[in-house]
Amino acid sequence: MANKKSRLHIPRPTARPGDKPDFSYLELSEAGSVDKPSINARTRDIEFLSSGLVRILDDEHRAVGPWKPDLDPAKLQVALRWMLLNRHFDKRMWQIQRQGRISFYMEAAGEEAVSIGAAMALRAGDMCFPSYRNQGLFMYRGVKLVDMMCQCLSNTRDMCKGRQLPIMYHSRGGNVFSISGNLATQYPQAVGWAMASAIKGEDHIAASWLGDGSTAEADFHHALTFAAVYQAPAILNVVNNQWAISTFQGTAGGERRPFAARGLGLGIPGIRVDGNDLLAVYAVTLWAADRARRGGGPTLIENVTYRGGAHSTSDDPSKYRPKDEWAAFPLGDPIERLKQHLIVEGHWSEKKHEVLEEELKAEVHAAWKEAQQYGTMTEGPFLDPSTMFDDVYAETPRHLESQRRRLREVESGNGNGGTS
Amino acid sequence: MAQMNMIEAIRSALDIVMDKDPNVVVLGEDVGYFGGVFRCTDGLQRKYGEYRVIDAPIAEGGIIGAAIGMGLNGLRPVAEIQFADYIYPGFDQVVSELARIRYRSCGEFFSPVTIRTPCGGGIRGGQTHSQSPEAIFAHVSGIKTVMPSNPYDAKGLLIASIESDDPVLFFEPKRIYNGPFDGDPEKPAVGWTSHPKGDVPEGHYTVPLGKAEIVREGSELTIVTYGTLVHVAVAAAEATGVDAEVVDVRSISPLDVDTLAESVTKTGRCIVAHEATRFGGYGAELAARIQKECFWHLEAPIGRIAGWDTPYPHAFEWQYFPGKKRMIAGIRSMMEIE
Repeated sequence: MANKKSRLHIPRPTARPGDKPDFSYLELSEAGSVDKPSINARTRDIEFLSSGLVRILDDEHRAVGPWKPDLDPAKLQVALRWMLLNRHFDKRMWQIQRQGRISFYMEAAGEEAVSIGAAMALRAGDMCFPSYRNQGLFMYRGVKLVDMMCQCLSNTRDMCKGRQLPIMYHSRGGNVFSISGNLATQYPQAVGWAMASAIKGEDHIAASWLGDGSTAEADFHHALTFAAVYQAPAILNVVNNQWAISTFQGTAGGERRPFAARGLGLGIPGIRVDGNDLLAVYAVTLWAADRARRGGGPTLIENVTYRGGAHSTSDDPSKYRPKDEWAAFPLGDPIERLKQHLIVEGHWSEKKHEVLEEELKAEVHAAWKEAQQYGTMTEGPFLDPSTMFDDVYAETPRHLESQRRRLREVESGNGNGGTS
Repeated sequence: MAQMNMIEAIRSALDIVMDKDPNVVVLGEDVGYFGGVFRCTDGLQRKYGEYRVIDAPIAEGGIIGAAIGMGLNGLRPVAEIQFADYIYPGFDQVVSELARIRYRSCGEFFSPVTIRTPCGGGIRGGQTHSQSPEAIFAHVSGIKTVMPSNPYDAKGLLIASIESDDPVLFFEPKRIYNGPFDGDPEKPAVGWTSHPKGDVPEGHYTVPLGKAEIVREGSELTIVTYGTLVHVAVAAAEATGVDAEVVDVRSISPLDVDTLAESVTKTGRCIVAHEATRFGGYGAELAARIQKECFWHLEAPIGRIAGWDTPYPHAFEWQYFPGKKRMIAGIRSMMEIE
């Protein structure tokens, strides 16, 4: 404070390539140490939830503390299965992209608990407004692997009919909204969906996700304002995986106060949770869902996690962060942690884990074999390009029918398509 | 039939659809308790309650984003953006989201939002309360863009817009809310009572989206326009004695090219006119389409009359606005071309 001039602060990450990973900036709480308040608590009385870190799995892999959820071993085994499926699906799709057989991919490595833990705590009638690393939500809510692969291939069975980049899934039946590709736009939409639920007197809630980087978007703030003003039954998740492509979370404003505290000024409770602890993600989501369903309004949940892989197949993180940073991340790997917990509790073993992994790899392999039958980027059958004029409007207007005819003329060589 | 100005006609449309369909909700700044700064939603909150007529925070992106989410959950939201000049914070939600949700989800999801917003100058609004950004939205596929020029069309088009499963941008030329305006600011204002389109049925009816209307028949020249300038064009045609046909586009997108082409094929001369700036404007699209359809019938190049390519200046509003004088000069010069 002795400076005589104003000073521009440029946030910098604690480690760059070649440096030793340094997570000293990350404030941690002991597992089990954060109180679990009543869902009826006033926001002002539970501000501690936004600065602490709700953790259930301790260093010995035991589940401890007041947030420990009522999840039997069978359910936890199912959770482990979903997370592992997510991991193996991503690994395979990454390889497939590297082989040039799809144009693009994004993996969720290290963040699987964020999607699966929340999905388990929500009800089927609750609506999810996902971001691009939430493929686990689609899997958990019943979208088949083969259909996800067909989407990535833009083939004849592509749910998006070749209109969207790979991974931009949607599922009406599973109540998971279409992934946009623009950032944070889904946030105010989720709040509007939740408002409509309350207007109609239903007890469905909406949940949405975005990254730490996207909290800087205006839509984040619009969503928080609307959610607070109308006490919308919504769960707003920030997935703080430390990195927005090459930009570390400090550049989005995470250096001084946690993202979970962003709603406090509006009276929205925030919970900072260990995003790599499936039990903790489940428990806080259930708490927020119960609160919302009983008229308590929105909750902002910051899932503290780490982006284990690159931002996307177009990214090279070795250019901007230490290669061994994930291994040094103090909250570890969500799959490994749940696995160890089940082993310690006597409900799992290395052997069973190996068998499960082989089973899931086979499942992914079979799905890929099937998906290719519906077409690949190089081998038919191919989508009919003239379907691009469908669904622009509820009914295709004349000018689009005319353009469809011209496209067909040009593509077929019958006529030149003309000018217009 | 009842006598209505445009505000009353819009309010009547909202009342009728809200009465008929409990899923219709209205949200926007000042729309609830107060009834809107232009009074278009006056009385609706008292009648339909605070859950269906919602005062919103001053965040256009939030209003449109939330409306989209409501539409995805089975409601039929009508969002009011207080001035078209304020719509830009919500632009991304309109262009990247609202317009494309049906497309990107192959029809699995859609959100039937109608966005109402007052546009245009002539009320001493300066550069932030006078703009006509219809061309910016007409350029976007997946939304429909509408601008009525009178109470009868305003009500019928608004009901059609709200009942449509497509998103609609509904521009309301605020200069003619209370009466037609012939583009001469020196003359005393007149109300809608003396205009045939001020006669509005009290019940439900629609004016179809995608249909233009010939508002004045003529044989020598076609003036293609919409909004406030419809009245300016009619008055200017009468003042010049030129037998001009005036076509009210009404539906900016999708465009009824047939009605325009038929008229220009008949007259052989065409002026396209709008209040918005000229460069890259909607008039360019109109001119290109008419030229393509009517080239062999044209006796003169298609002319454009538009706002100057500057922001809307407060003190020089009547020099900026393409009013009666400019329209008359335009008609005369068009007729002089051999």
